[in-house]
Amino acid sequence: MTYTQAPRIVTPRLLNERSWTIGSYLSSGGYEGLRRALTMTPQAIHDQVNTANILGRGGAGFEAGRKWGMLRQSQPVYLTINGDESEPATFKDHALIEGDPHQLIEGAVICAYVIGAAQVFIFVRGEFPLAIERLQAALNEAYDYGAVGANIFASSFSVDVVVHPGAGAYICGEETALLESLEGKRGYPRIKPPFFPAVMGLYGAPTIVNNVETVSNLPWVIQNGGDSFAALGEGRSKGTKLLALAGHVKRPGNYELEWAKATFRDLIFDPALGGGIRDDNELKAIIPGGVSSPWIGPEHLDVSLSNEAIAGIGSMAGSGSVIPMDHTACMVRAAWRIVRFFHRESCGQCTPCREGGGWLEKILERIEMGQGREADLDLLMDICDNISPGVTWPPAQTTICVLGPSMPPSIAAGMSRFRDEYLAHIREGRCPFPPDRLPRRLARV
Amino acid sequence: MARLTPDNVVRAQELVALYPEKRSALIPILHVLQEQDGYLSEDGMLHVGEIVGLEAVEVKGTASFYDMFHFEPVGKYLVAVCTNIACMLQGAYRLLEHAEEALGVAPGGTTADGMFTLEDAECLALCGNAPCLTVNWRFFGDVDPEGFDVLVDDLRAGRLEAEVPPHGTLSRVGRRQGLRALPPGGPGRDEAALAGEDGAGGDGMAAAHVAPGSAIDLSTRRSTAATAVVDAAHLESPK
Ligand SMILES: Cc1cc2nc3c(=O)[nH]c(=O)nc-3n(C[C@H](O)[C@H](O)[C@H](O)COP(=O)(O)O)c2cc1C
Ligand code: SF4
Ligand code: FES
Repeated sequence: MTYTQAPRIVTPRLLNERSWTIGSYLSSGGYEGLRRALTMTPQAIHDQVNTANILGRGGAGFEAGRKWGMLRQSQPVYLTINGDESEPATFKDHALIEGDPHQLIEGAVICAYVIGAAQVFIFVRGEFPLAIERLQAALNEAYDYGAVGANIFASSFSVDVVVHPGAGAYICGEETALLESLEGKRGYPRIKPPFFPAVMGLYGAPTIVNNVETVSNLPWVIQNGGDSFAALGEGRSKGTKLLALAGHVKRPGNYELEWAKATFRDLIFDPALGGGIRDDNELKAIIPGGVSSPWIGPEHLDVSLSNEAIAGIGSMAGSGSVIPMDHTACMVRAAWRIVRFFHRESCGQCTPCREGGGWLEKILERIEMGQGREADLDLLMDICDNISPGVTWPPAQTTICVLGPSMPPSIAAGMSRFRDEYLAHIREGRCPFPPDRLPRRLARV
Repeated sequence: MARLTPDNVVRAQELVALYPEKRSALIPILHVLQEQDGYLSEDGMLHVGEIVGLEAVEVKGTASFYDMFHFEPVGKYLVAVCTNIACMLQGAYRLLEHAEEALGVAPGGTTADGMFTLEDAECLALCGNAPCLTVNWRFFGDVDPEGFDVLVDDLRAGRLEAEVPPHGTLSRVGRRQGLRALPPGGPGRDEAALAGEDGAGGDGMAAAHVAPGSAIDLSTRRSTAATAVVDAAHLESPK
């Protein structure tokens, strides 16, 4: 099983004692990547990153090196690290910030050096006070050590890093909303174009926004070379990927695996990884890449966990969250909970998302409560079509951002795979699944 | 309640100094205000507006977008039970229902003694330890109804004061340095800021000198701190 033999790039230190302190970090080669980077030209590092072909780990999978290359040539330039992680069932960045904040700082400073950033803002979800504390403490240590601040490691490069707390809004993970929030405003996604903050970002200046896991790869890439990174994985999916496995498995957790080498079956059933479905139940469906992604079925177990392969079966690798659901899971309830989340988090700028989300939530709720009508199925699809014309994948968009179009996939999956289950709710006038996991007063919420 | 205390005004000014534009410090300063009073009062928001150069209506208009900010006092402990997909699949609604019964309030409600406010939360990014909850945003994973009762007892009896700071405390570690935090011409501000922190003596800043992370070890309760380790154990390669 080759996928288990690959080096761990972003998680090797998480087991170390007090892994979040500088003493622990330095004892395992910490900040050597930055020292080395500062002896290289920014262009040479950029070339290494292009060779490594690091796909953004925040969900969209855009090549980091290519993004940096799109920077508009004007000063100042800002770097913003996206640590807002709120995609349901994704918990990898949370672990990286809390467990290895120095790696994140080192990666961020390397990136800042390449793009010539005047300042770095690490936007951390407000609900992670422990992560914020550890990151700020690590930053204080890094300033003392000379790895951040003026004349880093006696070079001519200086940069300031600021930890910025969010305040509870999923939409601030969307990069333009994040920038609005960082400017002290409501987190409204910006109208595109311009599509990339690299052209117009924070305070209108060119800005790179990268995910926590994306930049956490950089110290390793500098130390080992872009070639070694690109030697891992396959196709566009290079290096390793940190996968957050949750839901109905025996051993949920974060697993760093060589990318594109393991399959869903490996991740879910390998005794060293997921260990199988809980109570050895039957697998019913998998949400393969965060709750925005279209669900897949047991017939896809042998699909490789790579960006391309998952896209090939009409879904996406997204944020790297994998949620298997067993045969006791109600597909209506699961879709309802996902839609409820998006509706709650809709920023309200676009009518299809703001209103459509509410209607979808209400209709799913009444089906789940046994008060649905058969016409509801068409009604659901009609509303989905209004949010995302054609209900295709990747989704067509009538909205400013893709939060709205993230609602239809869970419903469309239910309609095509589990139509009978929807109909059973309607005909029997109740949810046919075990009541122990059924909210007694669903109608209240 | 009140405007920012003089010590918190110093903290607010330090926050303003970190950003190229004043307004960027708005949300961090609102966290300071919420830490001070437990919620955002009208007077407080007016004061914050004066500091960052915004009308009170702009401050409130912005703050009201964000779920973490409260405009009415909340309980001493804000108990947020995640009911999102991974937790729901592991019985989160049973846990929430148990919490409602144990505390005698529905989500959004505060107990009569002012101890607890219950919330029905979205994913807290602790899905590997589902079902989970946070108390004042400090994590508790793998919580079953019995575990919930023990937790509530411990909180009531004051046994978790060290692990769970008061609601609103976002950061117990102060920023010490930075290019922008230094006055032109060299160091010095660092010490001044530290002195200010010492002088503040509030909960938030008093802990600024605690070795990072050492004050918060919830490992026996499987907080996130433990999760990183527990999950990392999974990362061990099989032989
Ligand atoms: C609704 C929405 C939520 C998002 N949430 C996150 C998030 O929590 N963390 C993240 O890194 N990216 C998130 N993204 C993706 C970001 O917009 C952006 O693509 C990413 O941060 C870029 O970094 P990367 O290229 O390194 O992946 C989200 C996107 C959308 C549309
Ligand atoms: S799609 Fe929804 S979340 Fe995105 S901008 Fe429109 S209303 Fe806001
Ligand atoms: S779904 Fe509950 S913490 Fe993520």
